[in-house]
Amino acid sequence: MGTNIKLAWRNLWRNKRRTLITVASIFFGVVFSAYMTSMQEGSYTKMVEIVVKFYSGYMQVHHEDYWENKSINNTFEYSSELKDMILANKDVDDVIPRLESFGLASSKELTKGSMIFGIDPQGEDKLNQLGLKVREGKYLQPNDSGVVIGAGLAKYLQLTVNDTLVIISQGYHGVSAADKFPIRGIIKHVSPELNKMIVYMSLPKCQEFFGAENRLTSLVVHVIDQDHMKRSLRRLKESIESPYSIMSWEEMQPEVVQQIESDRAGGVIMKAILYLVIAFGILGTIMMMIMERRREFGVMVAIGMKKAKLASVIFFETLFIGLLGVISGILFSLPLLYYQSANPIPLTGQAAELMEDFGFAPYMFFSVQWEVFSQQAISVFIITLIIAVYPVISILRLKAIKAMRG
Amino acid sequence: MNIIEIKELHKIYDESEVKVHAVNNISLNFEKGEFAAIVGPSGSGKTTLLNMLGGLDKPTDGNILIDNTNLHKLRSSELIRFRMMNIGFVFQAYNLIPVLTAKENVEFIMHLQNKNKKEREERTMSLLKAVGLEGRENSRPSKLSGGQQQRVAVARALASKPKFVLADEPTANLDSKSTEQLLSIMEELNKQEHITFIFSTHDQRVVNKARRVITIEDGKVISDIRKDVESDSK
Ligand SMILES: Nc1ncnc2c1ncn2[C@@H]1O[C@H](COP(=O)(O)OP(=O)(O)OP(=O)(O)O)[C@@H](O)[C@H]1O
Ligand SMILES: [Mg+2]
Repeated sequence: MGTNIKLAWRNLWRNKRRTLITVASIFFGVVFSAYMTSMQEGSYTKMVEIVVKFYSGYMQVHHEDYWENKSINNTFEYSSELKDMILANKDVDDVIPRLESFGLASSKELTKGSMIFGIDPQGEDKLNQLGLKVREGKYLQPNDSGVVIGAGLAKYLQLTVNDTLVIISQGYHGVSAADKFPIRGIIKHVSPELNKMIVYMSLPKCQEFFGAENRLTSLVVHVIDQDHMKRSLRRLKESIESPYSIMSWEEMQPEVVQQIESDRAGGVIMKAILYLVIAFGILGTIMMMIMERRREFGVMVAIGMKKAKLASVIFFETLFIGLLGVISGILFSLPLLYYQSANPIPLTGQAAELMEDFGFAPYMFFSVQWEVFSQQAISVFIITLIIAVYPVISILRLKAIKAMRG
Repeated sequence: MNIIEIKELHKIYDESEVKVHAVNNISLNFEKGEFAAIVGPSGSGKTTLLNMLGGLDKPTDGNILIDNTNLHKLRSSELIRFRMMNIGFVFQAYNLIPVLTAKENVEFIMHLQNKNKKEREERTMSLLKAVGLEGRENSRPSKLSGGQQQRVAVARALASKPKFVLADEPTANLDSKSTEQLLSIMEELNKQEHITFIFSTHDQRVVNKARRVITIEDGKVISDIRKDVESDSK
């Protein structure tokens, strides 16, 4: 084995230029793919962050019937046992209660359907810095009796801070709900849709309004580390029983998952084409090498080297070319992408405006998660293995005298 | 005692339209310690005969027994192993592995035989000394002259302690001085260590050194002359 590897390694440098060109092609392929993957994954992470921060949180606990039928009747009692049970999970950072329902919001002449969010102002602010999104007026106090509404809704209803908002809805078990609320602040919500229909209320006020004393539609579960989400979800799914159920953001927002998946698939096709081109480059090199060395192979087999042994030498040569390309490519992209992820590329123009609207700094973000690199390593490794079949077969079929005759 | 017995050997090439009877009913025996040249005009069948003798090519008919092993009854993997253990080869060119040094080339076959490091090194050094390449053991083939390369090839052929060494025109690419050197080294090894050499050649000076000259024409042995030199111990 040792001699085979030594032979393979030395053979690699017989035609230095050709080896280096082949290695360089893999190197550039790896760097390019890693860069692209990093940028894609970076943007998905941001996207998930938006979804998670402003919509659902990583996970939510509901009444088991709530997701099918989002009615105020499918709420549950907020008990400290439930909260403690969830918090007992060491990955869980915090739980934030919400009561969400629909209602009609009106000013003097105008009416619009709206979403009413009863929230814990402090908890919500901690989770998603909601307070910072207030453009006019103030954010909610813990037991506030006023509301904060989306800028779009305020504009439609022609209302501003300190005006009065009237909300009509149906409360818990059919009680009618109607009340007047002073507007404390106007918020620019990251989602243009929600911006046109959102009304934030303090949780106690909201529960009182809907006649749903101490009841919630959802408990937002915040995990310490996004990477541990899967693990904590699994554990929580085991421990949470009927009448409660827990859902991940992926279950609650399948369209986001789908969008990411289809975008990823586009990237995969591009990378596949790139790697295919590289694969043919490697194959060409290997074929040339085999052709040039036929006589030598013939002599080696003639003097008694087993073909399998010779094939393993060539196999290692192919493998080394792949390894050199991948290792150099990853060694180069690692610091590059770490730098890029620490220093995202600033965006300009429309894209920048859009991101700012969403409450995010307008940058192109990069991911340095392990998959960005391992994906390239695995791709090149598989390519090399497939290509290595060619020299192995041609050596196993080699006829020593024919090869020596040239 | 015969170490090689060739019995009614035939080789017919019939892949192309014209059939070529390259070896036509050759029967020959070789004893241990022979220094035999196979001569004949181009196309007479020398290479074909040596290739079959070395187990590199299959006869159309007839048998070759090496120490009572019927060479062409072996399976192909056994045959490769048989070659490695019993036959030393020196070819006209491309003998050496270019990326290995002279020493490593000689050691290579002992690696294949799984000899231990101590034995490998001792044998390699003594063989390189015997072929007059002491001090050049760390040179790669490209840094050696053609004659030096062929001497490394001889050392390599002997490294496996073969029963005999086959050399198909080993001097064809060499100038007269290198030819002289290679031949005297082979002769020396033959005399001192009783190594059996069977080689083909076109070169009259090489023929002159041989103690047995087998002439073939059109695939047939037309003469087999032993020059009686000093009688060796049998
Ligand atoms: N693979 C082959 N297919 C068909 N015919 C062949 C093949 N190899 C050799 N021959 C023919 O067999 C005959 C003997 O060839 P061989 O190479 O053994 O001669 P040789 O004595 O070694 O000649 P030279 O001195 O030129 O090396 C020639 O007529 C040659 O054309
Ligand atoms: Mg010949």
